[in-house]
Amino acid sequence: MMANTPQITDLIASDGFEIHPADETAILEEMAHYERPQAACIEALKIVQRRHGWVPDGAIAAIARVLGVGPGEVEGVATFYSLIFRQPVGRHVLLVCDSSACFLTGFDELKQALVNQLGIDYGQTTGDGRFTLLPVCCLGACDGAPALMIDDDTYGPVSPDDLPGLLEGYP
Amino acid sequence: MSQTMSSQRDSLRYRSRLLQPEAERHPDTHPLTWRLRDDGEVVWLEEYLRKDGYQAVRQALDEGDPQSVIANMKEANVRGRGGAGFSAGLKWSLTLQGGDMPRGYLICNADEMEPGTFKDRLLMEQQPHLLIEGMILGALANNCFYGYIFLRGEYVESSRVLNRALEEARKAGWLGADINGSGFDFDIVVHTGAGRYICGEETALINSLEGKRANPRAKPPFPGQSGAWGKPSVVNNVETLCNVPAVILNGADWYQALSGDRTNDGGSKLYGISGPVEKPGLWELPMGTTGGEILDRAGGMRGSSQLKAWLPGGASTGFLLPEHLDLPLDFDTVGKEGSRLGTGLLTVVPKERSMVALMRNLEEFFARESCGWCTPCRDGLPWTVKLLLALEQGEGEEGDIELLDKLAADCGPGLTFCAHAPGAAMPLQTALKHFRYEFEQGVSKPRGKAHQDPIPVGEV
Repeated sequence: MMANTPQITDLIASDGFEIHPADETAILEEMAHYERPQAACIEALKIVQRRHGWVPDGAIAAIARVLGVGPGEVEGVATFYSLIFRQPVGRHVLLVCDSSACFLTGFDELKQALVNQLGIDYGQTTGDGRFTLLPVCCLGACDGAPALMIDDDTYGPVSPDDLPGLLEGYP
Repeated sequence: MSQTMSSQRDSLRYRSRLLQPEAERHPDTHPLTWRLRDDGEVVWLEEYLRKDGYQAVRQALDEGDPQSVIANMKEANVRGRGGAGFSAGLKWSLTLQGGDMPRGYLICNADEMEPGTFKDRLLMEQQPHLLIEGMILGALANNCFYGYIFLRGEYVESSRVLNRALEEARKAGWLGADINGSGFDFDIVVHTGAGRYICGEETALINSLEGKRANPRAKPPFPGQSGAWGKPSVVNNVETLCNVPAVILNGADWYQALSGDRTNDGGSKLYGISGPVEKPGLWELPMGTTGGEILDRAGGMRGSSQLKAWLPGGASTGFLLPEHLDLPLDFDTVGKEGSRLGTGLLTVVPKERSMVALMRNLEEFFARESCGWCTPCRDGLPWTVKLLLALEQGEGEEGDIELLDKLAADCGPGLTFCAHAPGAAMPLQTALKHFRYEFEQGVSKPRGKAHQDPIPVGEV
């Protein structure tokens, strides 16, 4: 990029947010897998999210600069995909499957038990910042329904009685 | 962490499994699963090679005739296992290649999110090299220089297994430049998503692959003419691609014969069943196996439950009744009954469950997962949710059911860019057809006296 040619991405504040050098390297590596850098957008958002837990406002402009696209493009993508978080989440994200197979095998009871034990509903985070609860598309674990996911781990079938022991594993 | 706690976590951990022992699975009858191990461990390269792995690629590269690969696939009539049932060979024959046309992309649709579907996960997590081999053959046939496995982000284990397998294949010379001295170049990368059911629609998938919002594209041009970055691109489901090696090795006639005289559709199929049955699971069975045989394999309905209705292949297929259990589950037969084979993984509904509540659950799913591109889908689906919620609570008004009919008709084929809205309409229309009285029981108010609250757009 020419130093004397201001780009739109330079004019958008990144709120002092800086992409961690290791993350920038990872994003550049991802970009090499595609014909155009923009294709690494979702992965770039995921890389930043892995470090910060979510995607802060400033990261949008910072990622846009690395990819060489407008920040509006990146924000459009960030807000479209359900597993990119544009607001802070808990240390652990709990995705509960609400699709048909789970619905027919105890989802309502499992969801209610989660709400009771965590004291939160969808889109909320526990006061101690430990869990965020979200619904998710069919987890493809229907022979183990009802199923849920905590961070990278998929569980099922899970009964309400299993929850205390299961949640304990995620301090 | 205490030992009991971690062992409880381990016992609850979900593991993909096939409910068919090795003794029942043979190379000549179970092309998709005969190599799978009873212990559920991954079949890595060494074992895959020992079990005839990469023989089909070796043969096709030696022959060096992509057109014969396509002809074989066309003749075998391998119909798309992602749910649409379009002939993979026909799709391949329409890919632009030759002349000045640049080499394109082979994209594996591994965005398995159709509610009730858990088959591609098994193939990827336990037998990654079969998919890789199928992709190499697809690439050879369609003149693709690069491949992507578009994998849903939640399939963390699949990603781990696939990446290790790709590394193995690269080291052994099955991927990369000049594959085992053939002069053919091809490599594969795993591209993981970040949620949204719509990514499974092939043109939305391509937008997502390009790093954009997953809105579908207008067709034509079809991906085979202009797909990822304007290049010819072929999108095939995991199970479809896993069928290719055996078709190439054994031929189209053999493949056709796998289904015997059950159906005109050849081959075998990963069938499964979930919901309240004794043993929900997954089996590789001849194409055209009946719903009754699959329900029997699952040990029947759980406890004293009785079957009321079933979905043959995911949330976007139409409800069938117990009387349909004797039908061969192939694309055309199920289509004639006003449903679709879809992914071929059955979901059963027991007598005691309300169809209105189940439809509310299904439409909440479709409303939430609409990408928002087309009006009937974006606005119509939340409206159906609102009506279904009211009916479920016995708070519906006169005219609601006719309105549901209308909203579903407005989502019909051809009225929106992609198949999401028609997929949302089909279960609703068939539920209204077979179980209308259940919906009628939810009407308690005269016209104009219910639904004072706004439509919950953005809340479902």
